[in-house]
Amino acid sequence: MYQYETVFIVTPVLSEAQMKEAVMKFRTLITDEGGSIVHEEDWGLRKLAYPIQKKSTGFYNLVEFKANPEFITKLETEYRRDERVIRFMTLKLDKYAAEYSERKRSKQSAKKVEE
Amino acid sequence: MSQNQSEIRYLTPPSVEIKKKKYCRFKKNKIKYVDYKDPEFLKKFLNEQGKILPRRLTGTSLKYQRKVSTAIKRARHIALLPFVTDLLK
Repeated sequence: MYQYETVFIVTPVLSEAQMKEAVMKFRTLITDEGGSIVHEEDWGLRKLAYPIQKKSTGFYNLVEFKANPEFITKLETEYRRDERVIRFMTLKLDKYAAEYSERKRSKQSAKKVEE
Repeated sequence: MSQNQSEIRYLTPPSVEIKKKKYCRFKKNKIKYVDYKDPEFLKKFLNEQGKILPRRLTGTSLKYQRKVSTAIKRARHIALLPFVTDLLK
């Protein structure tokens, strides 16, 4: 089991609920294949730095998860098959990256507590 | 004669450049990981056209320059940074 991080962009033509559904699909895919979700982030509708498939905005989603390496090819083929996903990227986190995201998360939770 | 020469006066005083020593900001601040999800930070390593600045200008050490460049390329892939532009910043 390694720790991975995946960012994907969902088309802006979908409604909020449809977008959530697309995200849910990938979440269940991860958990069904024996992976476990460590952290999730929804960056919402963001402007793209350059147009992708003639679209200038997109819903960004980030999922950090633990899974076996064989699963990554499955996840990526699923991304390619799904028309709603316009861009994706999956990375294996090394120890510095994992530490960094851990620290970032603890900072954010500390902020929430203050509020 | 030699006295005369030492008394040369300039109309505008010659500017003496004081070179500021460049340093690697990652080593100084002990940053171990360059995050590709933070485009505002990565913009410090780009010029106006969105090209990656060389090490001789930013002063980054080679180890971290490599990390910065991969982080920038990742950010470009997920459309957080542009591949080409004018007037970034």
